[in-house]
Formats: sequence, structure tokens, C-alpha cells
Amino acid sequence: MKGGHDLGGRQGLGPISPEPEAEEPVFHADWERRVFAMTLATGMLGQWNIDESRFARESQHPADYLRNSYYENWLAGIQNLLVKKGLLTEGELASACMIKGGAGELRVPNSEEAIKILGTGGPTLMPSDGAPEFNVGDAVRAKKIHTRGHSRLPTYAQGSVGEIEENYGCHVYPDKNSAGEHIGEFLYRVRFSSASLWGSRDDNSEVLIDLWQPYLESVE
Amino acid sequence: MHSHDGDHGHSHDHTEPPPELELKVKALESLLVEKGLVNPDALNAIIDNYEHKVGPQNGAIVVAKAWVDASFKEALLADATAAVSELGYFGRQGEHLRVVENTDGTHNLVVCTLCSCYPWTVLGLPPTWYKSAPYRARAVSEPRQVLAEFGTFLPGSTKVRVWDSTSEMRYLVLPQQPAGTQQWTEERLRCLVTRNSMIGVELAKPADAAPEQDQ
Repeated sequence: MKGGHDLGGRQGLGPISPEPEAEEPVFHADWERRVFAMTLATGMLGQWNIDESRFARESQHPADYLRNSYYENWLAGIQNLLVKKGLLTEGELASACMIKGGAGELRVPNSEEAIKILGTGGPTLMPSDGAPEFNVGDAVRAKKIHTRGHSRLPTYAQGSVGEIEENYGCHVYPDKNSAGEHIGEFLYRVRFSSASLWGSRDDNSEVLIDLWQPYLESVE
Repeated sequence: MHSHDGDHGHSHDHTEPPPELELKVKALESLLVEKGLVNPDALNAIIDNYEHKVGPQNGAIVVAKAWVDASFKEALLADATAAVSELGYFGRQGEHLRVVENTDGTHNLVVCTLCSCYPWTVLGLPPTWYKSAPYRARAVSEPRQVLAEFGTFLPGSTKVRVWDSTSEMRYLVLPQQPAGTQQWTEERLRCLVTRNSMIGVELAKPADAAPEQDQ
């Protein structure tokens, strides 16, 4: 979806204003620590995947997404998912009082199990059935895809022509995974010149974007 | 965290959070604990892991090793996930790692325009600016101006390659080894490897930035 998160090439957002590296803490307030940890810990309940988690954050009103700080968006994301998946009710969120149920059959990791899960990760490479449609060196166009669902095809690339640099193999396809369908599609790294993306003069820069096969069409 | 700083829409993590936000977060945590949906010890372990254990010091070890050990560098560029796993770095947000090398002719810069994808296993959690709207918007459309805001000025003849992390591939930049450090030990070289140089917004620190020590 073309939400507030889809930021590549947006203008008017001001300077970057980085904090000096040596002075920047990992978290800037205790509530950020708690939101970060609650997001990872509730994710370990296995009731949603990373693409559903991203979709929950990017489904907010764009004005809210841009106004919120980073971890406020994470907070909005887990609140959305906890209610959507029936782990909490709107009433419980509003009153902060438990109305019904508990963890039930859910497997709730303890500290050792949580660290083990973080250390194991979740590789997204999948077995492929079939041959890739594109080869390294092929010219491809990023399709125009106007979906209300989750997608990892950035708006700024849509309609531009690039060149396949590498086939990364078959990876979990976010557009389906965000709807709970675990299928793989070939993932390519596609090189776009700045002129192709922005219509600007060539400033000797290029952008590499990882794009799944359904996002691409061949250029004659 | 809703106060705007002039007309700059940049992120607001430097301002004091409103008390209602802190209360809302505390209330959510209490509710999740009361329901048995999270284990409080697990929350603390997760925070401790990313605040104290996993961070850019891991990446600095990887980079300094690549500078002094040609066979490690070759393995790293061929299969970074495997090469850094052998140093003990594997897990969440590092399952499919690529290391991209800066050279005289090419400079690499990493961004995630759609969210905040970042190689946690070797860099820890991303800095605020990396997650901010201006960086995500501008790194792809005006990378040379973004680099200049970090004090990094590259000749026009250097190609800038911007990596937009739209998939689960994660990218770590291998900065160029600073001049005059060819005889340095791996341990000493690590001091020159900054987090920002491994994202690609800066170069590694020059030799004279390292603390004095006997060689």
C-alpha cells in the first residue's frame, strides 16, 4: 500500500539531523525499551509474521505515521495486531484491565527461550519450483502495482526500467505472507540509474532494490 | 512526542515523551503480563541483548578482520552470513547478510525506504536518523547531498551505489582501510571502524583518530 511509510524520494521532510554517533544511546527513553521488547516478545507467540507486523504499522493514517516517533509506530502496530488476533480486546486496551482469557494454549517464551529465538532468526529462503523468469543482465520494468495490501515494491521504483544484477533465489513473498500465505517467489537485486528513477541528470549514482518476480516485467 | 520543531518534520525522539504515552506503555505491559502473554524476564533479556550485547562493536570486529586477513575478506564477500556466523554473529535480522565493499571507484550506502531494515547481528539496532523520514526519503533520491550532510564528500568520479533494503537481505558496508594503517594490529584497527562507516554515510576514521599506543 502507498502509505505514510513509502518514503523514497519524498520531499519537504527537512534535514537528517543525526546525533553524534558516540553520544547516541540505543534507546532514548525507558518506554522505548519496553515497546521494543513487547513487540519482539509478542511476535514470538507465533500469531503473526514480520510482514503482518510491518503492515500493521504502515496501515496507520499517513499523518499519524509521520507525526509519530519510531517506537510510537511500533506501539500502534502491536496494539493493532493484539486486537486483530484476539489476544486483547479494545476494551482491555482502553481500560488496561483484563476482561477475559489468558495465554491459553499459546507458548510464551521465557528469557532463555527468547534469546534462543533471537539467535536462531527466521531465514526466508524457500525451495523453488520452476525456473526464474529473468536472468542477470536482463532489462526489467518495475510494474505499477496499486494495492491496498502489503507490498515491498516502493512507489518510487514503479514504472522505472532497471537491470537484473543478481538472483537471490526464492524468498518468502511479502505480499502473500502478510495475508498469512507462506509462498516463495524469486527475489532479484535490480539496479536502477538515478536518471531512470528521478528523470535527473546522471550524477554517477544508482539504486539497488530487492524486488520479487511478480513486481517485474520484461522490457522488449 | 508530538511537538514540531519549526517546519522540520523530523523524528521527535529528543523531546520528553508526554506522560500519557509512558502510562499507556506501562498499562499495555501490565495487561500482557497479567494475561500471561509475555514473560517479564524475557522482556528484560531482549532489552539487555540489544542494549549491551549486540551492537556495532560486532561489525567493527568483522571489518578489521577483513582488512588484515585476505582469506577472511574473500569468504566474507562471497558468503557474509557464513563468514560472520563463524565469529558468532547470527540471528534475527541477519539471516541473509551481504557485505558490500567500498573501493576507490565505488562507494556504498545502505537505507531502508519502507521501514528500518538493518543488519542487527553485526550493527545492533539502527540509530534514530536511519529510521527517520528525511533519511529514508533522501538517501535514494539525493545520496550525494545526504553524504555531504554527514561530512562525506566524494569525487564525482566515484560511483555511489545506494542499497534499498526492501527484502530480508541485509547489507553491511566494508569501508576502505584508512591510509597509513597497513602495519596496525586488528585490535587497533577496530577503533577506526564506526557504525556510520558500516552504513556508508561516512568513511572509516583516519589513522590519526586512533588513540596513541605502542606499535
